[in-house]
Amino acid sequence: MPEEAFGHQRGSTSGAGSDSWQPRIVAFFCNWCTYTAADLAGTSRMKYAPNVRVIRVMCSGRVDPQFVLDAFARGADGVLIGGCHPGDCHYMEGNYKCLRRFLLLRRVMKELGIEEERLRLEWISASEGEKVRAVINEMTEVIRRLGPLHREVPAEREAVEVAAS
Amino acid sequence: MSMRDVSPNGTPRIGVYICHCGTNIAGTVDVHALREYAARLPHVVVARDYKYMCSDPGQALIREDIRAHNLTRIVVASCSPLLHEHTFRKATAEGGLNPFYFQMVNIREHASWVHEDKEAATEKAKDLIRAAVFRVTLHRPLERRQVPIHPDVLVVGGGIAGIHAALTLANAGKHVYLVEREPTIGGHMAKFDKTFPTLDCAACILTPKMTAVKAHPNITLWTYSEVVRVDGYVGNYKVTVKRKPRYVKEDVCVGCLECIEACVYKDARFPDEFNLGLGKRKPIYIPFPQATPQVVLIDPETCIEFKSGRCKKTCVEACGERRAIDFNQKEEIKEIQVGTIILATGFKTFDPRRIPYYGYGVYPNVYTALEVERLVNSAGPTGGEVVLRNGRKPESVAIIHCVGSRDENTNRYCSRVCCMYAIKLAHLIKERTGAEVYNFYIDIRAPGKAFEEFYNRVQEEGVHFIRGKVADIYPSGAEGDQLVVQVEDTLLGKVRKIPVDMVVLAVGLEPQPDAEEVRRMFNISCSSEGFFLERHPKLAPVNTFTDGIFLAGACQGPKDIPDTVAQAGAAAAEALALIDAGYVELEPNTAYVVEEACSGCKTCIPLCPYNAISFLEEKKKATINEVLCKGCGACVAACPSASIKQNLFEDEMIFAEIEGVLAHA
Repeated sequence: MPEEAFGHQRGSTSGAGSDSWQPRIVAFFCNWCTYTAADLAGTSRMKYAPNVRVIRVMCSGRVDPQFVLDAFARGADGVLIGGCHPGDCHYMEGNYKCLRRFLLLRRVMKELGIEEERLRLEWISASEGEKVRAVINEMTEVIRRLGPLHREVPAEREAVEVAAS
Repeated sequence: MSMRDVSPNGTPRIGVYICHCGTNIAGTVDVHALREYAARLPHVVVARDYKYMCSDPGQALIREDIRAHNLTRIVVASCSPLLHEHTFRKATAEGGLNPFYFQMVNIREHASWVHEDKEAATEKAKDLIRAAVFRVTLHRPLERRQVPIHPDVLVVGGGIAGIHAALTLANAGKHVYLVEREPTIGGHMAKFDKTFPTLDCAACILTPKMTAVKAHPNITLWTYSEVVRVDGYVGNYKVTVKRKPRYVKEDVCVGCLECIEACVYKDARFPDEFNLGLGKRKPIYIPFPQATPQVVLIDPETCIEFKSGRCKKTCVEACGERRAIDFNQKEEIKEIQVGTIILATGFKTFDPRRIPYYGYGVYPNVYTALEVERLVNSAGPTGGEVVLRNGRKPESVAIIHCVGSRDENTNRYCSRVCCMYAIKLAHLIKERTGAEVYNFYIDIRAPGKAFEEFYNRVQEEGVHFIRGKVADIYPSGAEGDQLVVQVEDTLLGKVRKIPVDMVVLAVGLEPQPDAEEVRRMFNISCSSEGFFLERHPKLAPVNTFTDGIFLAGACQGPKDIPDTVAQAGAAAAEALALIDAGYVELEPNTAYVVEEACSGCKTCIPLCPYNAISFLEEKKKATINEVLCKGCGACVAACPSASIKQNLFEDEMIFAEIEGVLAHA
């Protein structure tokens, strides 16, 4: 897994062609399963790509679709949500609520022109440190191939669109 | 609220502390760069790095800085909040601030330990610290909720772990419900003959404890019973227990066993579960002589009365005036209230049929170790005689170690007890039969007290130890009743073929087949092998991630009797600590409705799995019962008017974190 420097040059989001660009992924991990699994990956000294920033929530059911859209708007190239496996939610069914929102959100993202692969939902139990490593590495590579998320409409195009409407 | 919650001009004053954790963090993350970086973040007044923030001097730094610099918010970048959040919240409180004016940043498990590139790890740590600084400015002072602890305890599983935990609690004056699924308590230990390495008889040390359980005024013993439902939370669990019918009234039966004698079946002819099918029982039976409670039971699968309704019922006749036998007994459902729960549900042994070349179930003279435990037991089906199924005494015996353990194809883990019980069985078989005994092992693991000495002793007794993994077992001899064990002796460096009369498979320990369902019912986690997961492998080995639920014994992982008993005592002590405190403080991360903003749409109400949200008809607003709310935040995410807030996880705080991790420095 490449472990290139992330961040010190990453102010530039000039495009996939740029060597300096590194995927930026925001993750929302539930406290009981996925966050604990990420801790386990740490205590097991597993090595994975340094591109993910984890925000802890108590339950994947807490993940408001606005969090995801806000992350994209602020420059995330990908968003990863981690929750307990179906049937295992610490709060009984929060992960199902998360799944429904996730499916709707992917449709909205499509409408917005954001590739579906940029949002990923994974069930990772507290014992699956290895899965944390694999998912983060895999997603980092997927986002790397997709390139940065161009969220700003170029000025001329915007003007044309406004004129057309 | 402390005066210092906000500084005089209303802006927060933040202290940021970067922990080196020795070299655990500082070895991979540039902690000095982090400190310099943190010092430049908005509202940060003090930024320090220190060798061990969790140490007393580390915590003192926080306390002193709060006073000296009028700090109003604290950020510590160190390990996982699951490990030390409470430590630093406490230090924050001791400095005079509300403990929730604190945010922790995980730069060890989530950065220094998982990345090799120092620069990348440092950049990631900066992002995470920035997010925490942005977030902590929005924190509010909170109070922990106190909930009372019901003093009664449920212990699930009546093996040595459950027995020891129940007795410890009962002796401390607490009322215990001990629920066991089998008709008797005793578990696996009751099946063993001698215990390693002292060779004291398992029954002699176990049965007094079993009797003590039955006789204890503080223990309600429910055997042949299963927990079917668990509701509630720490301090206030509501548990539903199903009591299966024994068709014998437990409070009337005196255990005279005359009914068994009188059964229309003159001879026992059905495979007896306790002896793993090596012995026989009648339809009315008691699992073993010291079974506790001393109450017989009827197996409706084999009883003629149940099958045809036309039995002479000689058992009822024998019972006479006592009238303990009741063919119409029905399943009973009991509901109990307890404050804490100890799970001691034990293990199952590995099924060696999964390794076909060992021939278990194909060659009659291949046994599991547990079967041999019953053969060497004087109360067992052969009265303690080690004989083959044809009645012949074996002259040579092979014991194969690591069956279903330390193997990529079955279980990767070491089952911990097999080496020692295999050595014990080698000793007992040699003692009883004088046979040549060969142990085939990969490594001998004898790390317990007096274990190595016992191993040496058995070697000196003339038991053979051959280092190598058995590759095949096949029949030979004129009648094909001999078995040849083929192994590569890795010390001699050649393949050996050793003919024996009997093969004993030292099977490993596995989670109970229904561990997954039990785990779900009690809302706890399993490790990857399927054993119940402890809260912390070193510092909270009997706790689970669910408060008030503790683990004891092999349900948490393979362990021997001394370790099981020690863990059961620890689990009982954890439960006692909660009970005697009388209450528990819960995290304040509950949700609440901002009434002015609530439109009364009722979207949130069906979302709550705990029915904590109700609708105030007169006001047309939703309201959340704080006692029932467990703080998942599902309703917060769903509220279309953003009128539900979750303490510690407010939308604004999470948006601040998103902004923080993504903001350019």
